[in-house]
Amino acid sequence: MRELLDGNAAIARGALDAGCDFFAGYPITPATSILLAMMRELPGRGGIAIQGEDEIASLGFCIGAAMTGRRAFTATSGPGISLYSENIGLAIMGEVPLVIVDVQRLGPATGGATTVGQGDVQFIRWCTSGGYPILALCPATAADAYALTLRAFDWAERFRCPVFVVTDKEVASTLDLVELVPRGTWDETPPLSVRPRPLADPECAFAPCDYPAPDQNAPMSPFGGPHLLRFTTSTHDEQGHMTKDPAKVERLNRHLAHKIDDHQHELELVRADLDPQAEVLLVSYGVTARAMDEGARLARAAGQRVSALTLLTLWPLPQGTLRRAIEAGPVRRIVVAELNDGQMRREVERAACGGPEVVGLGRIDGEMITPNQILRAGGLA
Amino acid sequence: MTTGAYLDPQALPFSFCPGCGHRVLLRALDRALTAKGWDPHSVVLVTDIGCIGLSDRYFGTNAFHGLHGRSVTYATGIKAANPDLHVVVLIGDGGCGIGGNHLLNAARRNVGVTVLVANNFNFGMTGGEHSVLTPQDAITSTTRMGNPERPLDVCATVGVCGAGFVARSTQFDDDLPALIERALSHEGFALVDVWELCTAYYAPNNRFGKRDMLELLEYGGWATGVLQENTRPEYASDYRRRVRAMQRETAPKKPHPSLEPRFPSPLQGRLKVVLAGAAGGKVRSTGHALGRGAALSGLYVTQRGDYPVTVAAGHSVCEVILDSAPIGYTGIPRPDVLILVAKEGRAKAAPRLAAMTPADRAYIGVDLLRGDAPVTTGAQVIPLDWDRVVGVRVTKKNRALLALGAVLAREGFYPLEAIEAAIRETQPPDIARENLSALRTGAAMLT
Repeated sequence: MRELLDGNAAIARGALDAGCDFFAGYPITPATSILLAMMRELPGRGGIAIQGEDEIASLGFCIGAAMTGRRAFTATSGPGISLYSENIGLAIMGEVPLVIVDVQRLGPATGGATTVGQGDVQFIRWCTSGGYPILALCPATAADAYALTLRAFDWAERFRCPVFVVTDKEVASTLDLVELVPRGTWDETPPLSVRPRPLADPECAFAPCDYPAPDQNAPMSPFGGPHLLRFTTSTHDEQGHMTKDPAKVERLNRHLAHKIDDHQHELELVRADLDPQAEVLLVSYGVTARAMDEGARLARAAGQRVSALTLLTLWPLPQGTLRRAIEAGPVRRIVVAELNDGQMRREVERAACGGPEVVGLGRIDGEMITPNQILRAGGLA
Repeated sequence: MTTGAYLDPQALPFSFCPGCGHRVLLRALDRALTAKGWDPHSVVLVTDIGCIGLSDRYFGTNAFHGLHGRSVTYATGIKAANPDLHVVVLIGDGGCGIGGNHLLNAARRNVGVTVLVANNFNFGMTGGEHSVLTPQDAITSTTRMGNPERPLDVCATVGVCGAGFVARSTQFDDDLPALIERALSHEGFALVDVWELCTAYYAPNNRFGKRDMLELLEYGGWATGVLQENTRPEYASDYRRRVRAMQRETAPKKPHPSLEPRFPSPLQGRLKVVLAGAAGGKVRSTGHALGRGAALSGLYVTQRGDYPVTVAAGHSVCEVILDSAPIGYTGIPRPDVLILVAKEGRAKAAPRLAAMTPADRAYIGVDLLRGDAPVTTGAQVIPLDWDRVVGVRVTKKNRALLALGAVLAREGFYPLEAIEAAIRETQPPDIARENLSALRTGAAMLT
């Protein structure tokens, strides 16, 4: 099916195809059309879609619903993420499978409601007190938005944590000619389906937080299911009871990090367009990666050698893939292009370990970075 | 008081301060649940922060212990997702402040959860600070000069929001279990404000005992007993009833057909088109038809919009890129073709018109080329003379489509049949007829 779709519509389609059956959200530009699509589509499919009295309530509804066994989903923009922040911490602590879309606009505060920005990427990474890892995927096109939303729902089930789909006003609202297939456009993986929620054996005793290994999750059992379930925001033991026992406290907190950190190599989604002879490596994400791709095409048409890497996973940073891209050729300069003042540039610098020069190209005037700006930053134009 | 079936004997005794009223409330809840006889697997006890938030550990039911003030939101999500569950929320007077907005809205929605407010007039857990329910003039660690704030009447507040069941009682009321059982039995939102003694802080700081509490109730204007009971439909059930009714009444919308290429296009490379006009002037839908027509002609397409948050007021700009190859960057600093059909679009079109060169084409309504401040551009200007439109009345709503017909006929990006097919495939027959007529009339405008 070839169609003209914008990123928000593609995300809503991805959520429905992922089996999402609960949505709660609050209207906010430029994320509102996801709310409207879920309101239109979910009830007729046996799902529930609720507009909360605010973002805090909306995410609270999602967390409650997820613990009854629903596949829960919400969408907002930067000011909404601010209000989600406390419940994102709860979802991390309670290991709630959940997908959260952040359609970025220009910040801070109300910023530019209809203006593009990519300034939430570090906010997303560190938006909980205590500072625990989260997963974040970042589409550059409507086709990516669909496939990465499916992937986000799958990761939410696999890792039992909130998974972000971080887009921006341009990806969200620009119509793109797409043919949606449930697989990434970045590799040859087979069509993606979302795994069923791992459930505890109804015949066996159940301890809600008894993970078999630090990097593995305990199976779930919903409210109203065969077991009694204890869910808690407090530091807790295997049974979900509050504890201050240092061994148990550490076990829990290590688990929250290990379950993501130990699987880093499985989480590095990128679209790599590498030239082994290139001395310049362009790195970008979201709408800016589209300008980067076009810049790379223009440079090559002019006979220049250049590599381009689109980060589809933002968190954890695909640092192994970045290192390999750097080591694959004589890379002397890396350009990181983004609509903020260098938030991912610092991450790339860390991954580059003092090797090639890392140049940041940031734009914070509400306009998109152009292909020519990227080429100039790379010394290619 | 005897222990019912829901308190877990292994978790007892309670670890609250000596004389704390929470014990009485929890035993009353236990007895009320025992009277209901519900399967413990169907009961979810939702708590948040404060001493009463420690309660769920004593119960052999499901438990959700969440963030301060948010318990009503988790409870709403649980009930909406699974209406078969019996959802009981235990909050303190602190929770009524930080979670006040959620109480208002849960009461307004009439979502079927039972909220028990363990109201001991101060924050017991953090050291006796005042809450939104602390009586006026009371001494707390944050109102040493006497509380200057008027307390919230939580019962009256949720009552005025339409709560299904509202009651007030105290830990000294022998009928408290029966009252809680009535609250549990109510289908909609139920709230019971239960006054208690905080023996650690509020009672000693204010020399406040049982008699003082009862006197405050009697002479302070605080109504007790069942204060409101109605039969408004419960939210989670009502939601499902409405969905079933809607499904009976409305047929599912048919998706637009796939954009399989079936028309030829001579276009090689990229063509950037900007359509600028007035919001409410069908600028976006005209741009969309241009895009779909291009897709039907085997071209790649992107479409961006720029319009204010208001509807049918101000500018509307639509940027469409057509390309024989995939499109990366979607911005159009300098269009190949700019179409300006209404004065509302002038300001947004101006920087692009200024950037355009004689190789580019600007199609501009003649009314905008005349007057005191005519539009200026380096592009080749093709005036759109609305007086030359024959057979169709020119209105705000059809100028964009008339203009697009003229542009397509003159420029020949792709056959007119492609955009006609796009219009027929996406619009109801009567609208499609009107639009096709405008498009064809426009196509004849410049010939």
